[in-house]
Amino acid sequence: MPNSSSSSNPAVHPSEAVRSGQSAPGRNGRASLVLKNISKTFPGVQALKNVSFDARGGEVHALIGENGAGKSTLLKVLSGAHQADSGTILINGRKTVIEDPRAARQKGIAIIYQELTLIPWLSAAHNLFLGRENEFGRILIPLAEMNRRATDELKKIGIDLDPAVPVAELGMAEQQMVEVARALSEKAQFLLMDEPTASLTGREIEILFEKIRVLRDSGVAIVYISHRLEEIQKIADRVTVLRDGEVVHTGPVSDVTLSDLISKMVGRPMSSHFPPRTPAKGEELLRVEPVPGNTRSRAVVVHAGEVVGLAGLVGAGRTDWAWRLIGAAPTKGEKILIAGKPADIDSPHKARALGIGMVPENRKDHGLVLARTVRENISMTILDRLANWCGFINLANQSNSCSLYVERLSIRCSNDSVECGTLSGGNQQKIVLAKWLVRDCPIIILDEPTRGIDVGTKFEMYKLINELTQAGKAVILISSDLPELISMSDRIYVMHLGDFVAEVDSRKTSQEAVMHFAFGYFEGATHGP
Amino acid sequence: MAHNLSPQFVTRVLSRYGSVVMLAVLIVLMSLASKEFLTVHNLTNVARQVSIFAIIGAGMTFVIITAGIDLSVGSIVALTACVAMTFIDRTEMDFPGIGIGIVIGAFCGAANGIVIARFRVPPFIATLAGLTIFRGLSLVITDGLPVIRFEGSFRFIGQGMIGGIPVPVIIMIIVVVVMQIVLRRTAFGAYVYAVGGNEEAARLSGIKVGWIKFWSYVLCGFLTGISGMILMARLSSAQPAVGEGFELDAIAAVVLGGTSLMGGRGTVWSTLIGALVIGILGNGMNLMGVHSHYQLVAKGVLIVLAVLLDDYLNRRR
Repeated sequence: MPNSSSSSNPAVHPSEAVRSGQSAPGRNGRASLVLKNISKTFPGVQALKNVSFDARGGEVHALIGENGAGKSTLLKVLSGAHQADSGTILINGRKTVIEDPRAARQKGIAIIYQELTLIPWLSAAHNLFLGRENEFGRILIPLAEMNRRATDELKKIGIDLDPAVPVAELGMAEQQMVEVARALSEKAQFLLMDEPTASLTGREIEILFEKIRVLRDSGVAIVYISHRLEEIQKIADRVTVLRDGEVVHTGPVSDVTLSDLISKMVGRPMSSHFPPRTPAKGEELLRVEPVPGNTRSRAVVVHAGEVVGLAGLVGAGRTDWAWRLIGAAPTKGEKILIAGKPADIDSPHKARALGIGMVPENRKDHGLVLARTVRENISMTILDRLANWCGFINLANQSNSCSLYVERLSIRCSNDSVECGTLSGGNQQKIVLAKWLVRDCPIIILDEPTRGIDVGTKFEMYKLINELTQAGKAVILISSDLPELISMSDRIYVMHLGDFVAEVDSRKTSQEAVMHFAFGYFEGATHGP
Repeated sequence: MAHNLSPQFVTRVLSRYGSVVMLAVLIVLMSLASKEFLTVHNLTNVARQVSIFAIIGAGMTFVIITAGIDLSVGSIVALTACVAMTFIDRTEMDFPGIGIGIVIGAFCGAANGIVIARFRVPPFIATLAGLTIFRGLSLVITDGLPVIRFEGSFRFIGQGMIGGIPVPVIIMIIVVVVMQIVLRRTAFGAYVYAVGGNEEAARLSGIKVGWIKFWSYVLCGFLTGISGMILMARLSSAQPAVGEGFELDAIAAVVLGGTSLMGGRGTVWSTLIGALVIGILGNGMNLMGVHSHYQLVAKGVLIVLAVLLDDYLNRRR
């Protein structure tokens, strides 16, 4: 192993001989990870445009942006999961290529993902040294020694736990610290954390922050990605804002207010065209009261002929709420009234019987049976109506009702006997929608209906939404695309940490105001409830 | 903590030692139901019966922890016994014959492992194919006829005793202890858990996932070969139909021990407990004169109850 540095960087793991592929820290003795003009394009979308970003030892650098602003793509470029199309990466001043996740680790980049990557029924010590057991012995692992070294590694970051306990029996914060300890025991100089507080409680967050500060002061460079702006003010030294794959701001946290940050994040151009909406509010179809005792959340009310938008950050709980509404996830105790009558929805079957249909976000896993035909998929929701008393399906009716919707939604397929898996994303999305149109559900939930589909199909989708509401149906639209949400909805409920914290009239609001609520920051919202 | 019998504590103990509790309850019930149950003669008998599928179960535990399954073990028992017995019958070289049998078992496991790890055939399908292939090969080798030999030193490993303990039981104890050590104290063992617990995380930790799966099946085949030799020695014969349904007993032992078929958790030790539960249940019912047809029903019901209990306890935690 080439020893490229061991003396010039006293702050970072002084005793450690630097491992292969790792370069010396910069001239000023601080570890540095610099991205210059990184671009990355996926089919149909430019995820990163000339992004320049740097992480320096002894500093917490926060990376923020709206859903889809390019944070995760940037993270994947750094982890070696994606390769940038252009641009350079410099580690400690030396130009580097990160081929794959293993290479990233060897170069001292460790990533703590939102979903932890520990092995549940192995002990903390085993997890710490997974893949490096030969440091202990050739055949048998001396468990006592391994546990002792694990205890040492954990103590380095101030954690005191029994390393012999399976990680499945540890709390989330402890598991996270085991990951951090593992990263550091691999001599990581750069620690990238993706929403590390998403599953932690208030007390656990405080502990995590304490540890992060200790790490920072020992010379580790920390990149902190989070939706929680108040956390960023607490923990970060610098902040970079991404919008639509571009860096729109970099600077010390102390120089900007929360309100500034939100303003910088929003303002995605209204580039897509939206068909004009003529709202026709009818009678109340659905009312969902919050869990009794929850005074923070407000009731969601949906009327016939209305498009009700749900705004919120990823993880705010919009999809979970929808799944609870259709009985696909256990209820938390919300009171549901359908057309004024209390309804106890404990299964999607019940929801369907009560006239609620849902087009889920993940159409491939939750919306379609990819290996079956267009016809079979569309008619899946109405097989009970197509079957006669002894269960035989009326094939003529099946075929007729499906071709009607294939035509109405202009689903492009040679005939309705082709497998859904062979069609494009936009056509697949239309088929999932057709499933619920053919059922004639008065209430339809659309979860991110235009994600990953082309502009033309998006426009068709918008026109369909308008047709539906003109026919007296109600649409609940969940979307992270703010221009879309504001243009297509009549009213918008904003969700923050599982609660509907605000209701805004979409004709009188702005992207900025919605985002303020979505970040749980009310003072800056210009159009309050 | 131990004196504090809070519901959480009881749940925790039950979920960790549930199979031991089940075994204890079963032993108490059986000794109440039959005077013969707690005799040395009877218990020795049970231990000898249990040893065969406890050894297979030890290998099956590795496979199941990787989130796989091996349906071919019953056929591997038959093939190893038929090949070894035919060899011994022709050459009168008893112990080389046993060695050949065990190696054949490992090769069968390797065949399963290659199909699963290299060609990514789902374990259920790959070993289902193995089940018919190895059974078919047993028929080919023996021409469908039993091979019988009532003399020879090979019978020692099935019928012999050392210090009053049947040799199969001694082999079982050695296997369980060694395999438990392999599972908990070696890097290989840690990788087996890693592959079953979080395959992607294992891969990203630099673990060769395919190799770990491959060697798990080899190990399972190898141990099944040992069981095949013990059975052959006990019966003083080999016939191509022997070992039918052993895969189910071995899987049942693993599951009764609390190992999840989803992979990632379980121990060899708990599989031994599971095997003892099955063995004692069968033996007790025999002593009580329960018809064998009903015994099958009872065994199935017990498996469902045990899994439901385990599931319930895990959700309570």
